[in-house]
Amino acid sequence: MALLEVRNLRTTFQTEDGVVTAVNGLSFSLDAGQTLGIVGESGSGKSVTSLSIMRLIDRPGRIESGEIFFDGRDLLKLRDEEMRHVRGHRIAMIFQDPMTSLNPVLTIGEQIAEVVRLHLGRNHREARETAIEMLRKVRIPSPEKRVDDYPHQFSGGMRQRAMIAMALSCNPQLLIADEPTTALDVTIQAQVLELMNELQRETGAAIILITHDLGVVAETCKDVLVMYGGNMVEYGSARQIFAEPRMPYTQGLLASLPRLDAPANARLTPIPGQPPNLHRMPPGCAFAPRCTYRLERCDEIVPVTDLGHGHLARCWRCTENLQAAGAAR
Amino acid sequence: MSDEKLLEVTDLKKYFPVSAGVFGRHVADVKAVDGVSFTVRKGETLGLVGESGSGKTTIGRLVLKLLEATSGTIRFEGRDISDISARQTRMLRRRMQIIFQDPYGSLNPRMTIGEIVSEPLAIHGIAKGKARQERTVELLRMVGLQSSHLNRYPNEFSGGQRQRVGIARALAVEPQFIVCDEPVSALDVSIQAQVLNLLEDLRERLGLTYLFISHDLSVVRHISTRVAVLYLGKIFEVADRSALYEHPLHPYTQALLAAIPVPNPEVQSAQKRVLLSGDVPTAMAPPSGCRFHPRCPFAFERCSVEEPAMRDVGGGHMVACHAVENGTIQ
Ligand SMILES: Nc1ncnc2c1ncn2[C@@H]1O[C@H](COP(=O)(O)OP(=O)(O)OP(=O)(O)O)[C@@H](O)[C@H]1O
Ligand SMILES: Nc1ncnc2c1ncn2[C@@H]1O[C@H](COP(=O)(O)OP(=O)(O)O)[C@@H](O)[C@H]1O
Ligand code: SF4
Ligand code: SF4
Ligand SMILES: [Mg+2]
Ligand SMILES: [Mg+2]
Repeated sequence: MALLEVRNLRTTFQTEDGVVTAVNGLSFSLDAGQTLGIVGESGSGKSVTSLSIMRLIDRPGRIESGEIFFDGRDLLKLRDEEMRHVRGHRIAMIFQDPMTSLNPVLTIGEQIAEVVRLHLGRNHREARETAIEMLRKVRIPSPEKRVDDYPHQFSGGMRQRAMIAMALSCNPQLLIADEPTTALDVTIQAQVLELMNELQRETGAAIILITHDLGVVAETCKDVLVMYGGNMVEYGSARQIFAEPRMPYTQGLLASLPRLDAPANARLTPIPGQPPNLHRMPPGCAFAPRCTYRLERCDEIVPVTDLGHGHLARCWRCTENLQAAGAAR
Repeated sequence: MSDEKLLEVTDLKKYFPVSAGVFGRHVADVKAVDGVSFTVRKGETLGLVGESGSGKTTIGRLVLKLLEATSGTIRFEGRDISDISARQTRMLRRRMQIIFQDPYGSLNPRMTIGEIVSEPLAIHGIAKGKARQERTVELLRMVGLQSSHLNRYPNEFSGGQRQRVGIARALAVEPQFIVCDEPVSALDVSIQAQVLNLLEDLRERLGLTYLFISHDLSVVRHISTRVAVLYLGKIFEVADRSALYEHPLHPYTQALLAAIPVPNPEVQSAQKRVLLSGDVPTAMAPPSGCRFHPRCPFAFERCSVEEPAMRDVGGGHMVACHAVENGTIQ
């Protein structure tokens, strides 16, 4: 049985302009010790998905329906205090901007020690020792000194590493990292990704890595879930998604990317049109208004097609060789 | 592309004073730009890459005279513009313009798209009445928007569309030269390519010259003819695109290129990358000698005492590094 299984998740927000369905019937699963990448453009529902798993959706948001099985139990059915226990002990989360989740008036050490005391039941001194140990693990130089620094005394990369230290100090089975390197420079990003990989090998935690950077996904994830307009449009191994994408949005995304491994002056092929407006979603395929392969039936609800070997696509035409057809047009 | 130098920047510096205490005592300087020299030839796109805080935006603003330099000279179209008057600066804006990173913050939310795009025409008295109206519509068309957008407000537009509005506004005065400061960084990947293609088409059609600022090396490689690499207010390497990406010489350029994740799972697993240790130091107290030395895998004694000078290693490939100079790196 999978460690995490999300079934038909629907999360909505009540806004001035009506109800926004941020996540619209999403299903996926993740095995213990694996890394799943979730990619998609801004507003596609990546963060709302992770906040739903953590049950951190507040008004005006609401989880309308679905099930989130974690280690055999439906998180959506747990009492609040049971869920708090899961959040601290079993599932940890790190965010894009560590400043928003670090308390500016407590030292880094106090914050990590607090987590350790709460979840591992250590006393004051032991907790501080563990905090130093964790900082050393995430390669903060002279951790015995830096443990007494306040968050603003750390650089962006160090804060993100401190967040990772805090998230991992309670040995979670699942780590959700929402754009953990987006605010960082590439040389620092490389350090943080390497660190996450290493700690995963050591602790065996499963990771959900949310990002809009396809390079980061290719580099770190075994499986990839592509989201568009609040739902999965394609799912597969990194190899399937990058080498044999079957859904036109995934194909378009890869074609529109300037990449270091392509000829420098190759013209980019943009995806036409604008990202979807969640207030005015088309009745059928969410990508239809921008899709060059659109047919009449694309205005009807699109089922998921199993392409074999775990490769899934939500597209009426995903079994056709669309890119070859496109080239011939 | 000609050999004519459109912009020539020599030993440009910008120090921002840092003050502390109730009396605002001057305690230090942020050396945002610390002795930078480069040229931009007519018709080319010079890419300026560097990590956050390296001084990219500051250089762009200095060149446009939106910010006063601490020292150094800037020549544009052969003329020294370092100390020109406010009136002359206004004239200069008809020749050079800027496109900003943030398509959300850079447009006045209370002005219609038509007002935003036509404002420079009014400021510079370029066209009036019906002619101004027609020129505005023409500008919108040029960037892929329509006349039906004229009376709408920025908040009704997506990020990519707003960036098009910013481009139309910059083009209004028919400039020769445009500083593009991270023009696609805030956009979704699927929209970035639209704007990059637009910028390329416009350059070709209108014979524009760009200084293209970005932290994204893949984007810079795509759009630039030459590339300059900036670190803590200093340029470390300048070369033609192919030389810089295929044969980078400066250890920082090499590390930067190696750190970029490539969207191809098979390439990645095969490739072992050089990981840079340490954080980027602050521009308030840059390290002595070569400011990269605390993170540099090639550093030796000389690096911490003597600042390396920019040297041409052949064909206009300029590098500032002792290990390149003494042949350790070839
Ligand atoms: N008005 C100012 N006052 C004080 N320091 C400043 C000011 N503007 C910029 N700086 C400092 O100058 C340095 C260079 O800043 P700049 O904005 O040019 O960087 P950048 O390369 O454009 O970075 P980014 O990629 O984050 O946009 C930074 O250390 C910054 O904090
Ligand atoms: N607190 C909120 N109130 C209203 N709408 C929200 C809220 N949080 C998210 N949304 C909306 O839900 C959609 C998905 O958002 P999100 O999951 O944050 O996207 P991303 O994929 O960029 O992480 C967006 O349209 C967003 O505007
Ligand atoms: S279902 Fe139709 S519109 Fe949607 S991606 Fe497939 S071909 Fe395009
Ligand atoms: S001068 Fe020395 S420290 Fe600087 S980049 Fe070259 S080898 Fe490294
Ligand atoms: Mg998000
Ligand atoms: Mg900047």
